[in-house]
Amino acid sequence: MFESLSDRLSSVFTRLTGRGALSEADVNDAMREVRRALLEADVALDVVRSFTDKVRAKAVGQAVLKSVTPGQLVVKIVHDELVTMLGSDAQPIDLNAAAPVAILMVGLQGSGKTTTSAKIGKRLTDRDRKKVLLASLDTRRPAAQEQLRVLGEQTGVATLPIVPGEGPTQIASRAMMAARLGGYDVVILDTAGRTHIDEELMAETATIRDLTNPHETLLVADALTGQDAVNLAKSFNEKVGITGIVLTRVDGDGRGGAALSMRAVTGKPIKLIGTGEKWDALEDFYPDRIAGRILGMGDVVSLVDKAMQTIDATKATAIAEKMRKGVFDLEDMAEQLAQMERMGGMGAVMGMMPGMGKAKDQMAAAGFSEKSLKRQKAIIQSMTPQERRNPKVLDGKRKRRIAAGSGTDAAEINKLLKMHRQMADMMKMMSQKKGMFGKMMGGMMGAPGGAGGMPGEAEMARMQSELAQLDPKALEQLSPELRDLVASATPTPGKGAQAQLQLPKGLPGLGGGGRLPGLPGLGGMKLPGLPGLPGFGGKKK
Amino acid sequence: MSGEEKPKRGWLGGLFGKPEPASSAVLEAEPPAPSDDTPPEPVAYDVDEGMAGAAPKLSWFQRLKSGLAKTSTQLTRGITDVFTKRKLDASTLEDLEDLLIQADLGIETAHKIAARLKAERYEKSISPEDVRAVLASEIAKVLEPVAKPLLVDPAHKPHVVLMVGVNGTGKTTTIGKLAERYRKDGLKVMLAAGDTFRAAAIDQLKIWAARTGADIIARDVGSEAASLAFDAMTQAKADGCDLLLIDTAGRLQNKDGLMQELEKIVRVIKKVDPAAPHDVLLTLDATTGQNALNQVEVFKARAGVTGLVMTKLDGTARGGILVAIAAKYGLPVHAIGVGEGADDLQAFDAAEFGRAIAGE
Repeated sequence: MFESLSDRLSSVFTRLTGRGALSEADVNDAMREVRRALLEADVALDVVRSFTDKVRAKAVGQAVLKSVTPGQLVVKIVHDELVTMLGSDAQPIDLNAAAPVAILMVGLQGSGKTTTSAKIGKRLTDRDRKKVLLASLDTRRPAAQEQLRVLGEQTGVATLPIVPGEGPTQIASRAMMAARLGGYDVVILDTAGRTHIDEELMAETATIRDLTNPHETLLVADALTGQDAVNLAKSFNEKVGITGIVLTRVDGDGRGGAALSMRAVTGKPIKLIGTGEKWDALEDFYPDRIAGRILGMGDVVSLVDKAMQTIDATKATAIAEKMRKGVFDLEDMAEQLAQMERMGGMGAVMGMMPGMGKAKDQMAAAGFSEKSLKRQKAIIQSMTPQERRNPKVLDGKRKRRIAAGSGTDAAEINKLLKMHRQMADMMKMMSQKKGMFGKMMGGMMGAPGGAGGMPGEAEMARMQSELAQLDPKALEQLSPELRDLVASATPTPGKGAQAQLQLPKGLPGLGGGGRLPGLPGLGGMKLPGLPGLPGFGGKKK
Repeated sequence: MSGEEKPKRGWLGGLFGKPEPASSAVLEAEPPAPSDDTPPEPVAYDVDEGMAGAAPKLSWFQRLKSGLAKTSTQLTRGITDVFTKRKLDASTLEDLEDLLIQADLGIETAHKIAARLKAERYEKSISPEDVRAVLASEIAKVLEPVAKPLLVDPAHKPHVVLMVGVNGTGKTTTIGKLAERYRKDGLKVMLAAGDTFRAAAIDQLKIWAARTGADIIARDVGSEAASLAFDAMTQAKADGCDLLLIDTAGRLQNKDGLMQELEKIVRVIKKVDPAAPHDVLLTLDATTGQNALNQVEVFKARAGVTGLVMTKLDGTARGGILVAIAAKYGLPVHAIGVGEGADDLQAFDAAEFGRAIAGE
């Protein structure tokens, strides 16, 4: 739906080649696009203004390196500035206070306070071994207290017994009392949703705050919030005094510009993000991921993380071993497909990839869908082990049998075999180029979205040139439709991959790596992650 | 203007069918402090919504004005700043566009509306009042065709309304308010607690049923929503209900599995009555930004949304995304939610909405 900023900027800068430094006029053109991208991502206008001013000041006069296009350079400056503004380090919930530590949850109606309260309760119980008490002070929405009680039951976190007829302040005092007597470490106070201009209810929140002296007051806000984010964050901060922000519904397809707006007007850190309806779908906030998303560059780091969590390490090592030899049989392919499924299906994977919107449509048009993934799996499962290891034995008779077994037809089997051959070819090529990929992936695995052990500039440049060499050859190997696909995902084949490589600090190589070798094989999406296995144990949490 | 086009019948017809909402009497009686340059002084302002009871009801517009007066963003002042004794030149237009963007209209729509203004008044001197009026009317022009009340057809027994939307946008609350409205009209209303996922959503709807005197059909948490919808359809038919309001669990539009579940609910409803659901209402949170466009697009494609209800207009959010949505999809906007009380559902008035966004 939205073009990514890098795509836009590359069109702004097409006229501009081989000049020494970014002129003011160039930067002004670029800033118009930056402004647009940020506004489309729902960053509040005032915040956009101050942001583009900062970036403009940094960008004018910047020397354009040979290896980087001006567009890439600007994207990098924008991305870095975004990360800085979003807060460079992850700030967890602070529990350093005398028990029971009160956490007060505030926010608009429907922002997700109750669900988030339960999620935090579970997280503190499971991960931090805290004894947590949940208490709902929401006497306004029908059955809200009941909701928290049920959630407590589901998550195994204690909830304060409901006493009908009590007001919010009474419940708050009772909760603190119960926590003291019961030896609880943490009390999470879930308040009723309120609009920030509702003076009476805001005053009530302040009373509860004074009564319970919360160590953390968390504003729960919807990641899909638009321009009003500044108003609500400011008001809550002024009237109640928040210590942090929890962003919910980050698993939606919104761009999350509200995060930047709220952070900018309150100066308070975003502590956690809600990423789904499951109890463990609460994650630490990584500024560079949201930054990438605001700029429409996908969430490559999350993709890698997810891949690492779902890939079975032993299987992966085995595949990596095979790959090193340039062998890739249908069993490996089945494993790739299964991994992709575990990561939430192709849609989820593509959604996390930068600039994939278009590619996704084209893939759908070309008949690649979640369903075709499943069918491919069924085909492979209908083969004998011998056939899987050596697809060459497949003759007409065997194919008929497989077709009957998997509910497909010979044409589909042939399609799969063709795809497998392409992937195997890629694999062979990669094994010859493994030096580069190993390094690239090593670097990527070592950098969990921070500035950690990333490859230096020089190394990046070298990797880029290696990748650039690989590209044309790799592309030639692909069937025309897949080539289109790759081309569409990367504005200009060779260059595009570089662009991704060059992008943000935290994501070196991921774009190019994940994209190019991954796409042709579909299932191979996270293949490039495999050779990096050696460096993988260290990073995993 | 929009009033004439409104059909006489319908739930809001009697109460709100006139160009000015019925509450305009209150509006006259108790003028809010001029929001322009007054410091955020607490204006007489309806604290809330049903609970407060006796306090006079303010119109949404009035609440918004007093709400905005309390925050940093004062649209009215913004426009005044921009336009005081100035010609409508390019930079002025740009500033105007910015103001619209701040109301969540989105870049495209803001640009289009500014362009219309440009076509009419470029390089002419224009006073702030004029600008606001012209702006408001341009916005109203976009919104007028979509300001249509929800019509319950008595020929349908029952008239089936399916509520869909993202989590926390106010589906259950809106159903409660709709139930209240139609019960007052004397219709026999049944609620179906189709949100079988969120803990206590069923209890929440049960309380609404008790409050409004509507029938309710509910099952345990975790049961199959489509099968509940089927039972509700059969039951409502057998009982001769006039209106069946089916709640669903909130879902993000990019969750394919959940959207499939919704498609199934629609399919199952059609098994009982091929013409149903007669209305599929999407609730949109006024604070939502540009993502609301995606929400409309996907819910329309997957669940066949026929109309919109914008909720949570009791804050400072102006819901300008509705203008973009109206321009792009032309879906009727049936009502707006302005609070948590049973009667905090108002007719959508294009002119009023236009004025609110323009800060007139």
